[in-house]
Amino acid sequence: MDQEQQSLIEKEATERLKQTGRPFSKNEVVEIINTVIGKMDNSSQNSQLYQELKALAHYIDMAKEELAQLNPSNIGSEHIPTATDELDAIVKATEEATTTIMDSCEQIEMIAEELSAGNMKDKLFENVTNIYEACGFQDITGQRITKVVKTLSDIESQVDMIVDILGKDAAVEAVEAVEEDTRSEEEKLLNGPQMTDQAISQDDIDALLASFD
Amino acid sequence: MVDKTMNILVVDDYATMRRIIKNLLKQLGFSNIYEAADGQEALGVIAETDFGLIISDWNMEPMTGLELLKQVRADDKTKHMPFIMVTAESKTENVIAAKQAGVNNYIVKPFNAETLKTKMSSVIGAF
Repeated sequence: MDQEQQSLIEKEATERLKQTGRPFSKNEVVEIINTVIGKMDNSSQNSQLYQELKALAHYIDMAKEELAQLNPSNIGSEHIPTATDELDAIVKATEEATTTIMDSCEQIEMIAEELSAGNMKDKLFENVTNIYEACGFQDITGQRITKVVKTLSDIESQVDMIVDILGKDAAVEAVEAVEEDTRSEEEKLLNGPQMTDQAISQDDIDALLASFD
Repeated sequence: MVDKTMNILVVDDYATMRRIIKNLLKQLGFSNIYEAADGQEALGVIAETDFGLIISDWNMEPMTGLELLKQVRADDKTKHMPFIMVTAESKTENVIAAKQAGVNNYIVKPFNAETLKTKMSSVIGAF
């Protein structure tokens, strides 16, 4: 690429950047290249440049296809929110369990207070203290999970950016093409613990079972 | 000897952790224990009560434990209050920043009752 060709591309890109004020999408890069080609003389040197630009456009197209196959919009709309919900559920469940454990500890302490001083009383308090110390896990776990949720949120933003660059249509097309669930019917039944608001209660299960009788 | 009727303020955004520290303090014989869920709430409590010890987490919103410590030290009425930071933040720069802000001692989570007692003794005296 000679200086004249380079300056043509730079000129076109600068003008468009002034108009849009943001980074170019793949389609805009291809458009700039085509505009520059249209403005150039049909010399052999320009023909070589044309081939190079055409190869570049092809490369961008392939990259776009590969990125679309990764289902970026699916990651942002389904996988990350699901992972975040699961993590929130862990925090809530550990918090509830810890509260129950500590309630029981306080009851044991009250009972221990009634005992006369001695080895039994000391042992009870010692063990309750050990349980209090161990309950600190909930705080640490909660903080670690909060960090993971923040990281997921950052990934989601990056994925959104990729979707914007690809163009939403390309991402949606890819999702539709790859969406097929290949799990067996038996595997589809295994989804791990349900979120509280989606799970049915034991009473509902009992009623369901009874309905078969 | 330490006056076990002294007021102690426990500041942590996790209710479970406040409860753990509170129960451990009760086992050590302290009974006047107050709670706050972040630095801002703590400042409100501190404005109304004289505390013999503040035990605070670091990572809280909207006001962190470090900011609380700075504000406590900046006020003539509260700068004498002993302050122990209890936090999962365990990098050297954290400890240095807390020390520079005037912390009396620093406990890294998770901790045990013995560590709490030892650090408290070094700040408010043996009990």
